[in-house]
Amino acid sequence: MVNYILLRLLRMIPQMLIISVLAFVIIQLPPGDFLTERINRLKATGLTVDNAEVERLTKMYGLDQPMAAQYIKWITNIITKGDFGYSWTFARDVNEIIGSRMGMTFFISFLAFVVCWSFAIPVGILVAVKQYSVIDYFFTFLGFIGLATPGFLLALVLMYVSFEYFGLKVGGLFSQEMILAPWSWAKFVDFLKHIWLPVIILAIGGTANLIRTLRATMLDELRKQYVTVARAKGLSEFKVLMLYPVRIAINPIVSTFGWLLVWFFSGGTVVEIVLNLDTAGPMLWRALMTQDMYTAGAYIVIVGFLTAIGSLISDLLLAAIDPRVRFGGLEA
Amino acid sequence: MSETTAPPLEESKPIQKKKGKAIDTKDEAFYRAGQWQLVWWKFRRHKLARFAMIVLGIFYFCALFAEIITPYDPLHRMKEFAAMPPSNLRLFDTTGKFHGPFVYGIKMARDPVTLRPMYVEDPNSIYPIKLFAKGDEYKLWGLFAWNVHLFGTETGTNSAELTPYFIFGSDSLGRDVFSRIIYGSRISLTVGLIGVFLAFFLGLILGGLAGFFGGVLDEVLMRIIDVLVSLPQIPLWMSLAAALPQDWPQLRLYFFVTIILSIFGWTSLARTVRGKMLSTREEDYVMAAKLDGESEWSIITRYMLPGFASYIIVSLTISIPGMILGETSLSFLGIGLRAPTISWGVMLQDAQSLQSVALLPWLLWPCFFVVLAVLMFNFLGDGMRDAADPYVT
Repeated sequence: MVNYILLRLLRMIPQMLIISVLAFVIIQLPPGDFLTERINRLKATGLTVDNAEVERLTKMYGLDQPMAAQYIKWITNIITKGDFGYSWTFARDVNEIIGSRMGMTFFISFLAFVVCWSFAIPVGILVAVKQYSVIDYFFTFLGFIGLATPGFLLALVLMYVSFEYFGLKVGGLFSQEMILAPWSWAKFVDFLKHIWLPVIILAIGGTANLIRTLRATMLDELRKQYVTVARAKGLSEFKVLMLYPVRIAINPIVSTFGWLLVWFFSGGTVVEIVLNLDTAGPMLWRALMTQDMYTAGAYIVIVGFLTAIGSLISDLLLAAIDPRVRFGGLEA
Repeated sequence: MSETTAPPLEESKPIQKKKGKAIDTKDEAFYRAGQWQLVWWKFRRHKLARFAMIVLGIFYFCALFAEIITPYDPLHRMKEFAAMPPSNLRLFDTTGKFHGPFVYGIKMARDPVTLRPMYVEDPNSIYPIKLFAKGDEYKLWGLFAWNVHLFGTETGTNSAELTPYFIFGSDSLGRDVFSRIIYGSRISLTVGLIGVFLAFFLGLILGGLAGFFGGVLDEVLMRIIDVLVSLPQIPLWMSLAAALPQDWPQLRLYFFVTIILSIFGWTSLARTVRGKMLSTREEDYVMAAKLDGESEWSIITRYMLPGFASYIIVSLTISIPGMILGETSLSFLGIGLRAPTISWGVMLQDAQSLQSVALLPWLLWPCFFVVLAVLMFNFLGDGMRDAADPYVT
C-alpha cells in the first residue's frame, strides 16, 4: 500500500509540471501583458506615463525576458517559497487574495459534495429497488433535467424566482452590513443563509449523475445470483440489499470523489459569478479580463493540484473498500 | 430505459430481398440484416431517443429556415415597443366575437401608482395574425431576397400603425426575443456540431495512432489526456477565450470559440478509439486479414474502423451538449461570442443582473431552449449508446 501511494505521488510530479506549463502558456496567450494593459488604462484616464518608470517595472517583473525564463522564475518561486507572485488587479500578493477565496470555493464545493452523496446514495438505491415505479420515473425525469441544466442558468432562474415570489435578494456571501464584521455567531448564521443556494445549485447536477450511475450498477447487481441466494437463506430484505449489492454498487460512487470536486470547481466558476460570490471563480474572471496572469495562473495550478490530490484520495478510498482494486492497483 | 431485454425485433413484416424472394421469418430477417440495419432497429426501440431526434430535427429545420419562420428581423429595433412583455394571443374580442388569432393594439400609459411607463392593450384596434405575412425584408441564406414571414401582424383594422406580435416579448432595445432565439439557434446549435467535427479528427488520429502503435507514443498520449481530463473545463475555456482579441470579425471569433470548445472534446473520443483499436486488433478477422497479406492501412480502414464506427458516433453525440453549454457559458460571461452575433449565450448576457431579470423576466427564455436542446441531445446519446452494439441484446 505504501508503495502504491508513493508511486502515485511520484506520478503526480510530471502531471503537475505539465499543468503549470499549460497554465503559464495559456495566460501568456493574449497579446501584451498586465503592464501594457495597466499603462493603456492610465493613458485612457489622461495620465502621462513616465518611460523610465515603465522600464523599471518591466525589469522588476522580468517582462523583458523570454517566456521560458519567465516561466522558470515563476515556477521556482512557487516551489521554493510558495510565492505565486503579485496581483495587479487586486494590488496585493496573490497568496493573500487567493487563500481565502480558494478556501471559500473549496468549502462550498465540499458542502455540495456532502449534499450530493447524502442525497444521491439513498435515492439511488431506492430508485433501483423500485424500478419502473412512480418514484423511479420521477427521479429519472428530475435527473435528466438536472443533468441538462447548467448551474448558472439555474442560478439565474432561482435568483428571479426568489426575488419575484419571496422578495429575497439572493447573491453574495454575506449581507451588506456583515461583510466587514469580524467572525461571530451572527455572521456565521448570515453566511449559512447565503450559502445554501450556491451549494444546492452545485449539488444538483452531480446528484443527478450519481443517482443514474448508482441505479444502473444496482440494477446489474440485483439481477445476480448471490442476491437470490441471500434471499433464499432467509435474510431480511434490508440486509440482503445493504450487505451485498449496495457494497458493490457504491464503488463507482466512491471513485467519483476525484472528478466531482473538479466538476464543482468548473461549474461553480460561472455560478459564483452570477451569484456575485466573493470566491475564486469571480476572481479568475476579473484576473482574466485584466490580463493579471499571476492570479489566473495561480488559480489553474492550484485547481490542478487539488484535482490531482482528489483523484489520489478517491483511488485510495476505492482501494480501501474494494480488495479487487487493491490487488490490481498494486501491480500497476 | 436501457435495460429492456426484449428480443431484438418486433416487426415481422416480410422483408423483400432484391431478387424478389420474400423472407418471412423474423429470425431470418435478423440474421440477414447488416450492421447498420440492426443499429437502426435497436435505436428505433428507444422511444425517448426517437422523440429527441424529431425535436432536434425541428430545431435544425427552424435554424435553417430562420428567415422565413421568424416574424421579424432579429436586429430590427422597434423602439416604440421596447421591453414589451409577451403579447396576449386572442381569438375572441371583449364582446365575445370570434376573429381568429389576433392581438390588440398597444398603447403607452403610465402606472397610476409608480408612474412607470407601461404597455396597455387597446381593445378598439385589432391586429389579426396572418400566415405568410409581409414584414421585414431579408435574404434567405444571403441569396434570395424576400419579405414573407411564416406568421406576423400586418396593418390593423383601425389604425395604419403596426403593432408587433411578440411571442416571448421584446428586449430592452425593442428586438423580438422569439426571432432572436430562432436566429441564435443557428450559432448555438452549430457550435456543438462543428466543435465535434474538429474533435472527431483530433480524437480519431491521435487515438488511432496511440492504439495502433502502442508503446511510448501511447503512454505519452494517455498521460496528456489524463492531465487534460483532470483539469476543470470551464476555467480553462475561460482562460483561452479571454485570449481572443475583442476586435475580431464575428466569423473568426465563432470559429476560434469552436476550436477552444473542441480542445477537451477530443480526449474522450481518443480514448474510445484507442480502446477499440486495442481490442479489435486481437480479433480473429484482423488476424485473418493480416495472414491474407493485407496492408496495415487497409486493415485499419476496411476492417477495424467499420467495426467500431458506431462507438465513435456515440462518443461524438455525447460530447455535443457539453459544447453547447460551453458556448452558452462563455458568451454569457462576455468572453465568447459577442453582439451583434446572436446566440443563446449572447442573449442571456442581457439577463445577467437581477434588475433586468426582475423587470424583463421573459429575457430568460433562451434558458429554456438551452436546457431543451441539451436534454434532447442527452436522450439521443442514450439511445445511440444502447444501439451502438446491436449484437448484444
